[in-house]
Amino acid sequence: MIRNINFVSKFKKANFISIIIFVLSIILISFKGLNYGIDFKGGTLIELRTETSIDTSLIRESLRTMNLGDVNVKKFGKKGDYLIKVEQKNSNNSNLIPEIKKTLSDYLNTEVDFRRVENVGPKVSSELLQSSVIAITLALAAMLFYIWVRFEWQFSVGSIIALFHDVTITLGIFSLLSLEINLSIIAAVLTIVGYSMNDTVVIYDRIRENLLKYNKISISDIANLSINETLARTIITSVTTLLALFSIYILGGEILRGFSFAMILGVIIGTYSSIFVASPILKFFKVSYKTLEKEEEKIIP
Amino acid sequence: MLNFSKINILIIYFIFFIVSIFSFLNFQNKNNPILDKKVNLGLDLQGGSYLLLEINSDSLVEEKIQSKVIPIKKLLKENNIKFNNFKIKNTSLNFTVDDLDKFELVFFSKKNNLVNPYIDNYRSHELDFRKLNENFIEVNFSKFGLLTINNAALKQSIEIVRRRIDDVGTKEPTILQRGEKRILVELPGLKDPERIKKLLGKTAQLNFRLVHDNSEFGTDELISETGEKLKISKRIVMSGDNLVDAQPSIQNQQNEPTVSFTLDRLGAQKFGRATTDNVGKRLAIVLDGKIISAPNINEPITSGNGVISGNFSFQEATDLSLLLRSGALPTPLDVVEERTVGPDLGEDSIKSGITSLIVGFILVILFMFYKYKIFGLIANTALIANLLMLVGVLTILEATLTLPGIAGIILTVGMAVDANVLIFERIKEELKTEKSIIHAFDTGYSKAKITVLDANITTLIAAVILFAFGSGPVKGFAITLGIGIITTLFTAYFLARHLTSLIVLRNTNKEIKI
Repeated sequence: MIRNINFVSKFKKANFISIIIFVLSIILISFKGLNYGIDFKGGTLIELRTETSIDTSLIRESLRTMNLGDVNVKKFGKKGDYLIKVEQKNSNNSNLIPEIKKTLSDYLNTEVDFRRVENVGPKVSSELLQSSVIAITLALAAMLFYIWVRFEWQFSVGSIIALFHDVTITLGIFSLLSLEINLSIIAAVLTIVGYSMNDTVVIYDRIRENLLKYNKISISDIANLSINETLARTIITSVTTLLALFSIYILGGEILRGFSFAMILGVIIGTYSSIFVASPILKFFKVSYKTLEKEEEKIIP
Repeated sequence: MLNFSKINILIIYFIFFIVSIFSFLNFQNKNNPILDKKVNLGLDLQGGSYLLLEINSDSLVEEKIQSKVIPIKKLLKENNIKFNNFKIKNTSLNFTVDDLDKFELVFFSKKNNLVNPYIDNYRSHELDFRKLNENFIEVNFSKFGLLTINNAALKQSIEIVRRRIDDVGTKEPTILQRGEKRILVELPGLKDPERIKKLLGKTAQLNFRLVHDNSEFGTDELISETGEKLKISKRIVMSGDNLVDAQPSIQNQQNEPTVSFTLDRLGAQKFGRATTDNVGKRLAIVLDGKIISAPNINEPITSGNGVISGNFSFQEATDLSLLLRSGALPTPLDVVEERTVGPDLGEDSIKSGITSLIVGFILVILFMFYKYKIFGLIANTALIANLLMLVGVLTILEATLTLPGIAGIILTVGMAVDANVLIFERIKEELKTEKSIIHAFDTGYSKAKITVLDANITTLIAAVILFAFGSGPVKGFAITLGIGIITTLFTAYFLARHLTSLIVLRNTNKEIKI
């Protein structure tokens, strides 16, 4: 059952929307900024569970006496679970964590269980940020190279633009919703890069095959045919992946929530982009069977 | 693509059988004497502390450059090079010389150069100099000289960190070098790392020095434990290096916790001589630049045994003796990163991770069965085989499973069916134009092959990069994702294909629907 949906006629509209969302994302990221977690900003994070539910303002109040600077307290998951984030201060106090623990235990009139404590120094956090940026850049470069080896440069450019589109919009949505960017979000972004590429490659493979098969048909029609032919697969794989991801998002606990949310966004945007971003670019470059013929020896299948 | 020789079938199922058998090793309670392999749980799942320590070698470099002052002056005099304005700056020495060429020649001589040794490994001298102007030069450690100092300090620090942690008695600690200046410490099961941090935060450099108003070696003014200002000779009577043992003890009269120590032979000699010559004077016991106590020397101590008192609690006395036993750190250690997960949070994480894995798995299986019926069953069989093999490979590698690692397994479940979906959809297309069913399946498999490979290699690239750059939990994710891709390819292209061939070849005359 191959549907025949006219995707190409929707390219212009879709591209227009894509460009607007892309630009909005860049504006958001550069002006509103990203909400970096302690992995990238440095600081201290404490997750605690109290016997009886208390008001977050009470925790904030008790820490105010310590003069810690910017303190962020929020409820986290189940009742009685709280997450405290303390900004990195210049003074290097090696007793900071025990002091905070003591203050809280003394001040809060209930049993306090410290479930998770993390502290990242300024040097390490800036290194982590740096290596994350390198990792994402390297991943994009590796994809660009792989597609260039397997296909022609037009395909390579098309897939990279689609990847930029996916990564930027995912980060844009994170900025819009002020969601925290930490190491696991970077892992999600890299997986999105892999997934989106996977989707694009499947359609590109088919476009290449059809270009060689029907050399009289225009690239628009080839793209449309190829997208339709692979549509069932695109949808089924997205559905199974999303089923797995929603299962993590709902049942996987608080720590995996940000990660699975980023992945869900990425899978949806990545699926969209392989149809509505990666394919129109081939049309833009006027790719035809001649493009393939020029480098016929390079094609492996 | 549907023809399998007997030997091929044998190899495929043999590999599957062997690898997946390993996954069951994780469920045995006792330690299997023959095959003792298990997937390790990461600190985020079993609870514990992760500490990243950094050596602070600035003070060490200062100390080392100061120790070069006398040898360099001697070298200059021996070679009749006149020098002037000799000054010690933090990590460098400044002076003028009258004959720069000659200085360069002797300074960088490779033979028997004790002042500025040539390091063969790095093909570089330990020291380097640069011209500030005309004859004024600055001597400091070369890049590789600093590296050598750092390396030696790091190696020694790791050894002492290990001794201190072993002495505390935590289970299965991991202590590893990370880069040029850092030590990674993982302490599974530890709920509160404060005591360890305190023990590692002290260099524990112990000195015995006489209280002296004007010593010929110069004096330091330190504040004693009772708050009085004491002038202490810079000369070290004896240092902690001469200690062979230290144990907490109780002084009978006041029931006061103290530290008893035993000296080696050289230490006993030094200590004996100093206490004999200075009866009636006070001896300060200095730890990391602070006076612990400064008792009177009542009588010569020649036995090589002594007692340190200093208003300790019993815990303090225990910790101090531990520090003295393990030896002094060459430089202070800073904790630059710290992550501690409580055991109950780890347990919760395992629970929610496994729950979401099971639910995700069931949803995917139901969906595939609904979509492809009998071939859905094949895809599902492949999926189960895939999971077994994935866990099997993790067990063989004794990899560390983290919470993101579990997420990676779930994601593999979602994405693994892709290979079979690609193949089945291709076969559907072929069935439309192809009359022979066998032929349709055959071309379906071979045409989808390239696409399946291309699509999976892209994800594999992402996983490899993530593994190379990620740390801790994220690395666990990269491992499961990467191995998942390989087991996916194996199960889709060998196991599922063989099962498909069984069905197709048995039903050649009937119509087959996907």
